[in-house]
Amino acid sequence: MSSETQAGIKTVGGAAAAMRSGPDTSTGGGSLTMVWALAQRELAALFYLPIAYVVGAIFLGVTGWFFMNETLVPGQEASLRALMERMAGLLVFALPLLTMRSLADDYANGTIETLMTAPVTDAAVVVGKFLGAMLFYLVLLAATLLHVVLMASHAAPVGTVVLVGYLGMILLGGLFIAVGIFASSCTRHQLLAAILAIIILAIFTFLVDAGAEYAGYAWLRNVCAYVNIFWHFADFTKGIIDSRSVIFLGSGIIFFLFLATKVMESRRWR
Amino acid sequence: MITVKQLTKTYGAHKAVDNVSFSVQKGDIVGFLGPNGAGKSTTLRVLTCYHPATSGTATVAGYDVLTQSMEVRRRIGYLPESNPLYPEMRVREYLDFRGKLRGMSRGDRAAAISRVTEACWLGEFIQRPIGQLSKGMKQRVGLADALLHDPQVLILDEPTIGLDPNQIRKTRQLIGDLAKRHTIILSSHILPEVEAICERLIIIAGGKIRASGSIGEVRNRIVGASRLIAEIRGPVQQVQDGVRKIAGVKSVDVHAADGWNRLHIGSDEGRDVREEIAALAARSNWGLRELRLEVGSLEEFFTQITAKAAGAEAAE
Ligand SMILES: Nc1ncnc2c1ncn2[C@@H]1O[C@H](COP(=O)(O)OP(=O)(O)O)[C@@H](O)[C@H]1O
Ligand SMILES: [Mg+2]
Repeated sequence: MSSETQAGIKTVGGAAAAMRSGPDTSTGGGSLTMVWALAQRELAALFYLPIAYVVGAIFLGVTGWFFMNETLVPGQEASLRALMERMAGLLVFALPLLTMRSLADDYANGTIETLMTAPVTDAAVVVGKFLGAMLFYLVLLAATLLHVVLMASHAAPVGTVVLVGYLGMILLGGLFIAVGIFASSCTRHQLLAAILAIIILAIFTFLVDAGAEYAGYAWLRNVCAYVNIFWHFADFTKGIIDSRSVIFLGSGIIFFLFLATKVMESRRWR
Repeated sequence: MITVKQLTKTYGAHKAVDNVSFSVQKGDIVGFLGPNGAGKSTTLRVLTCYHPATSGTATVAGYDVLTQSMEVRRRIGYLPESNPLYPEMRVREYLDFRGKLRGMSRGDRAAAISRVTEACWLGEFIQRPIGQLSKGMKQRVGLADALLHDPQVLILDEPTIGLDPNQIRKTRQLIGDLAKRHTIILSSHILPEVEAICERLIIIAGGKIRASGSIGEVRNRIVGASRLIAEIRGPVQQVQDGVRKIAGVKSVDVHAADGWNRLHIGSDEGRDVREEIAALAARSNWGLRELRLEVGSLEEFFTQITAKAAGAEAAE
């Protein structure tokens, strides 16, 4: 947590106060134990809540249905590519439902006050929440490995392609979760957080997908293609690791977590 | 231990706290008393680094709340007014989580949890989900959390609000026990509560401090501000001049009627001049038929402040 960035946000709401006293120079509050404690609590809360089971069950049910009816049919190539694209589309709606409560719930029930007065940085809180949701998502993803096993008993998929595909799924899910946590930092209403996250994600997936094809100008089509999360994800499903796509998804995660931290900090000033 | 200088906090155009200054010495137990909406929580939230002030400074244990917030946060145990907890967690699990957030080692946490479990009478409830506990029990969990890291400073925002009389009594007793080890600021909108627990008192209303000091001092000051009423028969001018010359008398208002002068006498703080006035009347051969101190009480003073605040709110 750099003191410069903290000072930067302080000037947003209280220029006078920040200039008078200078930046926060105290250190600590972001140790691994603290982040891990936050992640564990987040994960435990998800396992406690019915919404997570409902979302998880629907996600696994629908992917299972696609797998049986589209992938595991005679004549199809032994690849999870089509299935992963289906999963990516589903996650646009599923992950915001998992992350909607992450910070919004703390704002709603007041626990944000005990969190933000504990000796932990706002960034540690955001990263902890992110890791917690990420762990839950990884459990879901692990369950879909069943499809790989089933497929392998019929026709051998290429191991590295599957592996790279799952790496893509992890990065894609990470980005969706980061967007969801950012949305959750903006409001105390979970439903609003979910809607905001779905809108942001739909813009950078479905909307720009259409834009890349149908936009009236060539440059606009290019922009749409570049910011399309699905487009960056598609490489992975083919077994290709393109460093630009890794950077795009990775920096997207960092960007939205950073944004969530800034929103938390600026909400202190209200 | 705590210094607050010219602290102002505005919400939009509304000044919730207006140029407040006070200090708290190590080991003090200070009552922060004021009606609802006085600005108590707003001030305490600046001290606990929850939100920054619009202007002014505050330090806790020598550290600035804005520029050294982590140091401040490590030294404070805070019980927010709403006592927010995670209902799905078990008491022990919650306390362990809070200990980790404070960077306590596994051994320290285990020791601290047994210590606060005993101090806050949480024994039989330690494995229960927090959501199943009564309000009083939850309050003790919040307090246990505030005490977990044995902080130098305890900040308790209306710790007995919403409790039944029995729970209030127990909570007060618990806070009283804590006073030996910690510097405590406790906010309340109930005067007897502050009198029962605290040694010192800060009265706040409308975002401004109205009185502060030890409870005895504040009582005396308010009593000192009371006025003396005397009815003396004699020449108006001579009576007025004579009374004014008495040492300690600050102001004299005279209303003459039917040969009697009704005097409203203001005197220096804590000074009672009744004897001198009686002696003066006897010496001058004036008639004296009333000599009475109109005592303002702390209760009255606080009731007035509260009524004023309620009136202002109704007018808004
Ligand atoms: N988050 C907020 N936004 C706007 N106004 C607020 C907020 N919090 C408190 N206030 C206002 O500030 C004033 C002081 O509030 P508060 O400090 O909570 O009083 P107390 O704790 O003494 O009851 C009140 O008029 C209240 O309505
Ligand atoms: Mg309050």
